[in-house]
Amino acid sequence: MNESHYCPHSPEEISEMLAAIGVSSVEELFAPIPSDLRAKTFNIPPGMSEFETYARMQAIVADNSKSMLNFIGGGFYDHIIPSVVDHLSGRSEFYTAYTPYQPECSQGTLQALFEYQTAICRLTGMDVSNASLYDGATACAEAAMMALRVTGRNRIVVDGCVNPFSRQVLKTYLYNLKVEVVEIAPLDGTLNRDELAKALDDSVAAVLVQNPNFFGCVEDFSAIADQVHGAGALLVASVYPVSLGILKTPAGMGADIAVGDGQSLGNPLSFGGPSFGFIAAKKALIRNMPGRIIGETIDKQGRRGYVLTLQAREQHIKRHKATSNICSNQGLYALRGLIFLSSIGKQGLAEMARLNRDKAEYAKAQLADIPGVTVLQSAPTFNEFTVFLPRPAAAVVADLLKHGLAAGVPLGDYYEDSANALVVTVTEKRTRKEIDHLAKELEAALCN
Amino acid sequence: MQLIYEKSTPGRNGVRLPASDVPAAAALPESLLRTEAAGLPEVSELDLVRHFTILSQRNFSVDTNFYPLGSCTMKYNAKVLENAAALFAPFHPMTALLPQGAACCQGTLGMLYDLGQMLADITGMDEVTTQPLAGAHGEMTGIMLISAYHKAKGNKKKYVLVPDSSHGTNPASAAMAGYEIITVPTAPYGDMDLELFKKAMNSEVAAVMMTCPNTLGLFNPHIKEISDIAHSHDALMYYDGANLNAIMGKVKPGDVGFDVVHVNLHKTFGTPHGGGGPGAGPVGVKKSLIPFLPQPRIVMDGEGQFLLETANQLSIGRTANFFGNFGVMVKAYAYIIMLGRQGLIQVSEQAVLNANYIKEKLKAYYDVPYDMTCMHECVFSASKQLAHGVHAIDIAKYLIDKGYHPPTVYFPMIVKEAIMIEPTETESKATMDAFIQVMIEAAQVAETDPQALHDAPLTMPIGRLDETKAAREQNVCCQW
Repeated sequence: MNESHYCPHSPEEISEMLAAIGVSSVEELFAPIPSDLRAKTFNIPPGMSEFETYARMQAIVADNSKSMLNFIGGGFYDHIIPSVVDHLSGRSEFYTAYTPYQPECSQGTLQALFEYQTAICRLTGMDVSNASLYDGATACAEAAMMALRVTGRNRIVVDGCVNPFSRQVLKTYLYNLKVEVVEIAPLDGTLNRDELAKALDDSVAAVLVQNPNFFGCVEDFSAIADQVHGAGALLVASVYPVSLGILKTPAGMGADIAVGDGQSLGNPLSFGGPSFGFIAAKKALIRNMPGRIIGETIDKQGRRGYVLTLQAREQHIKRHKATSNICSNQGLYALRGLIFLSSIGKQGLAEMARLNRDKAEYAKAQLADIPGVTVLQSAPTFNEFTVFLPRPAAAVVADLLKHGLAAGVPLGDYYEDSANALVVTVTEKRTRKEIDHLAKELEAALCN
Repeated sequence: MQLIYEKSTPGRNGVRLPASDVPAAAALPESLLRTEAAGLPEVSELDLVRHFTILSQRNFSVDTNFYPLGSCTMKYNAKVLENAAALFAPFHPMTALLPQGAACCQGTLGMLYDLGQMLADITGMDEVTTQPLAGAHGEMTGIMLISAYHKAKGNKKKYVLVPDSSHGTNPASAAMAGYEIITVPTAPYGDMDLELFKKAMNSEVAAVMMTCPNTLGLFNPHIKEISDIAHSHDALMYYDGANLNAIMGKVKPGDVGFDVVHVNLHKTFGTPHGGGGPGAGPVGVKKSLIPFLPQPRIVMDGEGQFLLETANQLSIGRTANFFGNFGVMVKAYAYIIMLGRQGLIQVSEQAVLNANYIKEKLKAYYDVPYDMTCMHECVFSASKQLAHGVHAIDIAKYLIDKGYHPPTVYFPMIVKEAIMIEPTETESKATMDAFIQVMIEAAQVAETDPQALHDAPLTMPIGRLDETKAAREQNVCCQW
């Protein structure tokens, strides 16, 4: 009986193949494994039909709380995904292909990723982009390692307003590399520029900032860029790509490397992944970039085509001297990002960004009207903002979760003395009615 | 073919956004705004659909072509897996990290926990983290766990030892965890040279990284002895799970002495490769390494509730944003429960059967540098063809014209003109017989008309590309 219907051989075919090989059973082919090492147990449950499998997966979904109304972000955002994104990225010529090492039969993937790199460059204002990294957090770590290589220095300075998960991943990546990570404590939810000035010296390879930051604050880092460059270090800016519909680009601020998470560009929340990380930089840094890069060239007849280029940076050639260990990236989700950006288009992205800000500003005003609630006013915001509640945010959020409302991310878990602070996110998907509902429920929860 | 940017017309729009139902906000200060709109394409939905549909048709894929790419396990990706993953699209990962948020995510957290348990059983490990986002990310995480283990014990370790046939990611990942690399040559019997290994081994070795079966498709008969020697120096054994498809239910890495493994869900567990990603690289460990696992770690309490451990001081910390490539995990979970115990055993058996069948059928035409029973893949050399000036790459390009994705060529690096074939278990005998016939033809053409192989491929939208020009000009972004 064929336990896996994805294994196609009939018993006769198996016999023919065994005869061709010159063995009498499949088991004989496993003879190279010493018998005393063979598995003594194998406790995977018996298999089932496709129909039953799908039903089991539906049952798992049903074990999660249904229809949560999201006002949470923290790096992942509930945005519109045009139908074309699923349909086109769902073409199996894209999703069942491998890495395009054979360019003649992979021009679809290669041209799409070249177009993706172009989109990332145009979004960030940078000159060069790779073909994606794992996620936004690991992209921050890769950018830091890139700066360490370029400068030959051994210290990374990080704004404490950068997403705490990105900072944690950065520390994990750098822990074994004899690199010091210095964090600048936030000043009212913004970069403490005096402390940064003090931390800058000739041992600093890079300064990592984020815009908008974890508190939701939007800043201009142009002046910082001059200071950082004056100290011989690189400025790395982590950015939220949807916000770049209107906000100043990392290149416009003088950053050398731009990174971020591409989830917001047409990728579902999907409990945290897959999304993709992007990294883009000034042209001079291209040979220190991690991961795959697609380049344009021609064939013998002069026809334009695309190939993986500068592969001498990568692990399959350079092994332990590679710019990174990355091999698989998140190509399919970068493709989704490209389809999203091509679909929403030049004006559409700006309009979408404005819509996010308009909704968030409306929400900010509604929440500010609740007695005892104040808004962090230190800087303008995009689609996330920080409010201070009259009592610890954790209990309030836990309360509202029971009502199907994810009201925001309490900052107490991530910053000292911030127990009452809550970061609220409002994307274009939230309606005025939903925002009013949040304000009403929050007010009610605070009265309890 | 034009780029999407070359099809752009100012003012055209592919998406209509919802009308705003709130007042317009006061403008942000100029200094915070971009000076001009990002130069994204401006195309209609139909233009967009045609563009990407035609692009997709310029790809080979598992769904359109046999893809015997060694070391990559390009098996068929069952369609139900895609449907299963789509069910989970609306769940925000932050929900689980909110106060008492885990209670809202018992389905998703429980699935990750169960997947970890099943992978632990398959690999003979005690616990699995699903956080690593790809195979190489798993390797890096695994070596960081080993580093944390040694540091906690006060061991002074400096090196990671790898065979010269290893994947490039092995030494690259070890380097990212701060180790220096010792490379051990391969013996004539096709595996890491045992005597040279013994000489290279010393008390400063933190770990030995191995792929088993190795990249020649051979199961190392000395594996237990190697792990015993490594353990006698308090070095840990790292298992690169790239070739796990060969051994499910047959042998468990944990039983032969491995302490840490990573698993490539996109290879062994039927999740698609996505044109280069996403994959997923869960890491399994033996008990002694559990305290160092990444955070957040999913644990089950006494009442069967799933919780997140986030503040373990011994942990190496966070290696990625949230819980890994969750959608890939859903697919792998569905794959494992659907195939079940016997199904997974059958997968490995037929993967090994198929590879040996191709090896036997082609060995009269191509050199087999290590001719013995292989596991799920076999490695040939185009050295015979080289006598006629034909290289492995020429054979590869000829196959493209015949509708086959080429095997992996020039890897492992220790085989001259390597041609590495991994048919996987999902290919039929008829498909393999047709492929074998074309490989035989290629060997014949190599003798009679080598130029025809140098000229291939001729049937694709483009021919062989000038890679030197690409590297020199570094045109990686459309200037149009």
